[in-house]
Amino acid sequence: MSSSTLQKRRSQLTKGRLPGYAVWVVLGAAVVLAAAVSALVGFNVFAWAVLAAVFFVLGATLVTAAAEGSRKAADSLMTYLVYGSFVIALLPLLSVIWTVLERGLPGLSYDFLFTSMNGVTGAVDNASVENGTPVLGGAYHAIVGTLQITFWATLVSVPIGLLAAVYLVEYGKGGALDRAITFFVDVMTGIPSIVAGLFAAALFALVFGPGTRTGFVASVALSVLMIPVVVRSTEEMLRIVPNELREASYALGVRKWRTILKVVVPTAISGIASGVTLAIARVVGETAPILVTAGFASSINLNVFQGWMSTLPTFIYYQILTPTSPTNIDPSTQRAWAAALILIIMVMLLNVVARLIARAFAPRTSR
Amino acid sequence: MSKRIDVKDLNVYYSKFLAVENVNISIEARSVTAFIGPSGCGKSTFLRTLNRMHEVIPGARVEGEVLLDGDDLYDSAVDPVTVRGQIGMVFQRPNPFPTMSIRDNVLAGVKLNNKRISRSDADDLVEKSLSGANLWNEVKDRLGRPGSGLSGGQQQRLCIARAIAVSPQVILMDEPCSALDPISTLAIEDLINELKADYTVVIVTHNMQQAARVSDRTAFFNIAGTGMPGNLIEYADTTTIFNNPVQKSTEDYVSGRFG
Repeated sequence: MSSSTLQKRRSQLTKGRLPGYAVWVVLGAAVVLAAAVSALVGFNVFAWAVLAAVFFVLGATLVTAAAEGSRKAADSLMTYLVYGSFVIALLPLLSVIWTVLERGLPGLSYDFLFTSMNGVTGAVDNASVENGTPVLGGAYHAIVGTLQITFWATLVSVPIGLLAAVYLVEYGKGGALDRAITFFVDVMTGIPSIVAGLFAAALFALVFGPGTRTGFVASVALSVLMIPVVVRSTEEMLRIVPNELREASYALGVRKWRTILKVVVPTAISGIASGVTLAIARVVGETAPILVTAGFASSINLNVFQGWMSTLPTFIYYQILTPTSPTNIDPSTQRAWAAALILIIMVMLLNVVARLIARAFAPRTSR
Repeated sequence: MSKRIDVKDLNVYYSKFLAVENVNISIEARSVTAFIGPSGCGKSTFLRTLNRMHEVIPGARVEGEVLLDGDDLYDSAVDPVTVRGQIGMVFQRPNPFPTMSIRDNVLAGVKLNNKRISRSDADDLVEKSLSGANLWNEVKDRLGRPGSGLSGGQQQRLCIARAIAVSPQVILMDEPCSALDPISTLAIEDLINELKADYTVVIVTHNMQQAARVSDRTAFFNIAGTGMPGNLIEYADTTTIFNNPVQKSTEDYVSGRFG
């Protein structure tokens, strides 16, 4: 932008073009004007920012229209609208991360990570508030529960989803069964998560008697939510494997199932792995299905097949809705935010893992 | 280790559409046979019926007999996998496996079938196959690198090495040079001439000079019109097809006058 100002003589080719600093002049003017206008109605930062943005887009468009013509004006208008939409889309994300960091970090400590809520009562919270001592109790049981339930949900849904996708892509011939599976997978994608929870609860009530609530029931509920996502993403990844590779393998006298196992799936594995990881990230934050299937626990339970279990989302839910000490809710709120921070970190780690897996498995094309 | 192919009254269908009609042809062992003809006349379709690759496409089927040294490929008891192990194929576009190194690509036919092979045997097989495909000197120092990093001509020769590594009786080539430059094409043509000593080679080509250069016998396919089945018009020694064809349409095609 500044290169034009360095030139001694203005090039004939840049005649009729605005100099690079014009956009900054317009921006400064818009900021000042917006400050003035918002001061008239009672100054606040939000109104100032919005007004400044509106003035800037209008001003920049008008200035460009006057100096460079309508085509350039339309171009700059659209450019600023696109950038503006990007910023607006980014704001909630940044806001969420900021809020969770701000409120969660104070509660995040070694004790919080490695103790449970066992024995932490309202009296304990009251005492810590009155004496100003650190908040006791932690989310260890919920972290363990989240990891265990998600692990078992993944273990159930990945083979089913993977094999269903392999069937659809490699063996299905567009018949009635194919179309039925595709249709029901689409329907399952839209199932509300509480319905999946009720389904799992009802299924286990039928088999093991009413009131069966364990971590594994929650895993089944989550896998109902995960399977369609895994099927869909795997199916798409398998479909983009070039047919030439399958034919090359067949032409070497390799059987179909070996071709799928050793050529098709490895070629698509990076996409499949990141699809699976994103499916995990999608269900790790589910609350409703956990509540109706795994119940709620405040002590550590390492056995998914027996006893109630907590996960981070249900931990947050209970800490906010029924604070441990009804008179001093601050310790509970702090614990809830800290748990929310851990949950977000988990999801972010999963996304990073998905990218690493995608990179590690990607077909090698370097020359 | 090469076998002859005899085709009797072969009709090839895509679902209900008759793509190639009534082909009778005998392909000698240890020879190069070229299929020429206009696009869409069924040369590639017919070539794919010779190792049962045709039926990979849903709805595709054949009627008639294809005899490999007298054994019918389409007998109901025959496993297509056995057929493809004996009759290898090289495709129009080079298609090395992107997840495998050069070495693994050559060994693909062995490894994908989970056959056990000692390391020294594998090394020998890799060197022999790559040498057979005239590629050894170019890649011997980078066998562990991905096959997709080679140039197009090298990739195609890698695919040929991969095909001969499973020691087939017959090698089918579906326009193997159509995506390559003249120098790579020359390398492949030289290779075909060498392969003739050990294998039966069948090649589909759009390049008539190529057919004239490499093949012993040439088959001309033609199609009467859109939606009509392709036919084998004439099959004779290459010199006869190009210099003294019996059929008028063959003469028109090889001399560039048609329509």
